Amino acid sequence: MRNILTVGVTTILGAGLLWAEGPADRQEQTHGYGLGRPATDQEIRAWNIDVAPTGEGLPAGQGTAKQGAALFAARCATCHGPTGKEGPMDRLIGGAGTLASQHPIKTVGSYWPYATTLYDYVHRAMPFPAPQSLSPDEVYSVVAWLLYQNGIIAEDTVLDARSLPDISMPNRQGFLPDPRPDVPKP
Amino acid sequence: MTRHFQEEGPSGGDGRPDAEDESLLNRRSLLAGTAGLVGAMLMGPMRLAAEATTEISPEDPTRVPGAAPTAYGQRSAFEKALRIPRSWWSSLTPLQDSHGILTPSSLHFERHHNGVPTIQPAQHRLLIHGMVDQPWTFTMDDLKRFPSVSRLAFIECSGNSAAEWRGPTGQTAQQTHGLTSTSEWTGVTLKTVLQEVGVHPDATWMLAEGGDAAAMTRSLPLASILDEAILCYAQNGEPLRPEQGYPLRLLIPGWEGNTCIKWLRRLKLGRAPFMTREETSQYTDLMPDGTARQFTMVMDAKSVITSPSGGQHIQPGFLEIRGLAWSGRGRIASVEVSTDGGRSWRQAALQEPILPKCHTRFHLPWRWNGEDVILQSRCLDDTGYRQPDRTTLVAVRGVNSVYHYNAIQSWHIAADGKVSNVHA
Repeated sequence: MRNILTVGVTTILGAGLLWAEGPADRQEQTHGYGLGRPATDQEIRAWNIDVAPTGEGLPAGQGTAKQGAALFAARCATCHGPTGKEGPMDRLIGGAGTLASQHPIKTVGSYWPYATTLYDYVHRAMPFPAPQSLSPDEVYSVVAWLLYQNGIIAEDTVLDARSLPDISMPNRQGFLPDPRPDVPKP
Repeated sequence: MTRHFQEEGPSGGDGRPDAEDESLLNRRSLLAGTAGLVGAMLMGPMRLAAEATTEISPEDPTRVPGAAPTAYGQRSAFEKALRIPRSWWSSLTPLQDSHGILTPSSLHFERHHNGVPTIQPAQHRLLIHGMVDQPWTFTMDDLKRFPSVSRLAFIECSGNSAAEWRGPTGQTAQQTHGLTSTSEWTGVTLKTVLQEVGVHPDATWMLAEGGDAAAMTRSLPLASILDEAILCYAQNGEPLRPEQGYPLRLLIPGWEGNTCIKWLRRLKLGRAPFMTREETSQYTDLMPDGTARQFTMVMDAKSVITSPSGGQHIQPGFLEIRGLAWSGRGRIASVEVSTDGGRSWRQAALQEPILPKCHTRFHLPWRWNGEDVILQSRCLDDTGYRQPDRTTLVAVRGVNSVYHYNAIQSWHIAADGKVSNVHA
């Protein structure tokens, strides 16, 4: 079994650019060291929390801004302010049109390029004292409230795994690849 | 004290196997018999051992026995260099007190996003999944069994010197440049582990995720990191410090510290960046036209004079100008020092070893005549990149980009010898 698996995967890897030098001996082949073990589905499910811009990783569930308002007030406003603008932590609302000014205001509405990132991050890391404690419905709801407050969706828009990836963020085209070295030599 | 001595006595602690030759056994019997007596004799020094962590010193240390050995060493009680915990999020390395190129693990800067987690190494796992032959999981013991590699490398937060964009802010080198440190890192190469798992040839990006309360994640372009990335379990000869990712962290030499995910628990292979919060709303460089640069991973060449530096007072006469230079693109090729605000430059001596993507120590002998002067250093790396002056850097990037500030640092020395941060 192992030999068949090893040979099969080695062939695939050998064709890839990253592995172009090819396996020189058995230890450089897949499972050549014989260390570790297959991960179980349960182990993967427990940690596989990332949400991609395609929407891959979004769970079942839904929410609206109306539902999110109370949740924001109860769980988020202490750090971000009653309207998401006052802080003391990151400002979340407003700032449209300020990025090229002397004092840019980078918020979810003015800066974030993907709405899916908001789901990923709120679920992953918020609320700060209790990360990963919100249910999918709660995350969809608070994400909806933030997008509504930023003028990106309507108050009654239902966010779920299908609708969230389709949301067009205002600064979606605002990011460019690294052009460095960019400073002329003296 | 006595109990401590008995525990450390001849019946254990030397790591030797129990079955020994007769002479050793005899020696052990003898030592066991005299343990009480020796213990009593050592009471004086044992008391001193406790006092070695205080500033109480005998009038003449040659006239009294010194301190006994200790299980885990501490620095002299007379040494006071400390990190500055700047907030809940970070602490700064005291570069002005540093010697050579290594940062003591206890003084390595910290940056974390929801505290330092406590992780039991026996329970820690690294999960590798996504575009792989088969999802796979490793224990720490598994990872330590792979062939190991060690290398010296700096890690610099891309937010190092961020406050300097808008004007001279930090008072000391620690405050202006203290988010960089150098350690020897030991682990297994990422390439070895991915080879073991079997990665799909179309996988081009890898998500790395930490097991902290921020579940910190970054997407990394696989082809760019595969030659040098290390999954590290050790730092400066011992397991990683908790604040440096214990028990497992990623090291990508020369890349911004945030990519070197700490408390590493998961790698997911994919075809595209995952666009996490840390690579979209954070760690992107806002330009004057309102666009932002994304995936600006490499830390460009940078240097700073650590002595004399901000907050210090110097006396006229000889002193050695000392500093650190580093480049995320390769080796430091040269460092020049100006003592006249950049009008003229002299070559500093580079102290071996001069390693790629590692702090490099430079020196220049100097005599201060008590005049008002401005000290600067600028470095060149082996790719031909030269550290820019502040005016040139700001002309290209403006002052709103937050990250990757690497302009020449200026220290003003006033006639009274006081050194302060200025932008010249």
